[in-house]
Amino acid sequence: MKYLSILLMCLLPALSHAGQATDMAADPVLEKRMIGLAENLRCLVCQNESLASSHADLAEDLRREVREQMQKGLSDQEIIDYLVSRYGDFVLYDPPVKKSTLILWYGPFVLLLLGAGVLIYQLRKRKSQIVETELSDEDTQRAAELLNETPLPNPLPQAGEGANESLRERHVEDNQA
Amino acid sequence: MMRFILPFMVFFVVAVFLYVGLSLNPREVPSPLVGKAAPAFILPQLHEPAKQFSPQDMKGKVWLLNVWASWCTACEGEHPVFMELSRQNLVPIYGMDYKDKRENGEAWLRKHGNPYVLAVSDNEGRVGIDYGVYGVPETYVIDKQGVIQHKQIGAVTPKILNDKILPLVKELQAK
Repeated sequence: MKYLSILLMCLLPALSHAGQATDMAADPVLEKRMIGLAENLRCLVCQNESLASSHADLAEDLRREVREQMQKGLSDQEIIDYLVSRYGDFVLYDPPVKKSTLILWYGPFVLLLLGAGVLIYQLRKRKSQIVETELSDEDTQRAAELLNETPLPNPLPQAGEGANESLRERHVEDNQA
Repeated sequence: MMRFILPFMVFFVVAVFLYVGLSLNPREVPSPLVGKAAPAFILPQLHEPAKQFSPQDMKGKVWLLNVWASWCTACEGEHPVFMELSRQNLVPIYGMDYKDKRENGEAWLRKHGNPYVLAVSDNEGRVGIDYGVYGVPETYVIDKQGVIQHKQIGAVTPKILNDKILPLVKELQAK
């Protein structure tokens, strides 16, 4: 029972329907259409809010205006044109492609191409820098010797073997550490 | 050499974009109405509501339309500029009391002085919407043919008046 009541309480916010500052029109269908349109329009006063969610005075006026125009039977596009003719493209969250918005629309792709070009150029350059050098027989043999060499059993000095000498020194250092 | 020049060039381009971008005022939305005919309206006058005013009455004159309200604090700031301008008698100033109660608008003008040839009241802000008003004060420069030539968003300062509005008014009056 306790859990059920908690569960029910969790559902409560769904009923409250917060957020939209609207004076509802009598017609809920029209109201829904108005909010749907206003969500894609920007409020000019609180510039980071949509016309649907803003509590600004002007937003309320504009919602009233949109509602009235819908009642008059204007299409969404006609209403958008009406607002754009007064407030400019600024009211649109989806700005149209035109000369002044070319950078906005295509700039990122240009940058992407530019970046890809630089990347390919650099990779090609790096590839040409890598030179395959063939090992001489001597080097191969020496490498094999080094790989097969077991750690020295004890640090006895062996005269005349420079390579082992240095290895022995390192070994001593390790012991000290 | 390139490895030094290239990052510097990238930095320079970014810096220029940021400098220009950040110095723009996001509150200033360019008005699509500049260069278009001032929207027609008929509104009751503030002091004599029985009488009406329409921009049609102003054909043949260059005039300023100042949108203000008694609840607007920035309007108090620009008001002395208009008081001074009205004394100089260079250009007629008309006021539009935007979304305001008539008595508040009248009281405000009594207190701060009335620079307007006449003021109209736009109680519901409908004409304001036609003019693309989204914050007061806003000031429009309208030419002899009734075309909006400039829209000043925000308070008019003496600098804006002398550098921008008055030269434009003189140019339009000479036409």
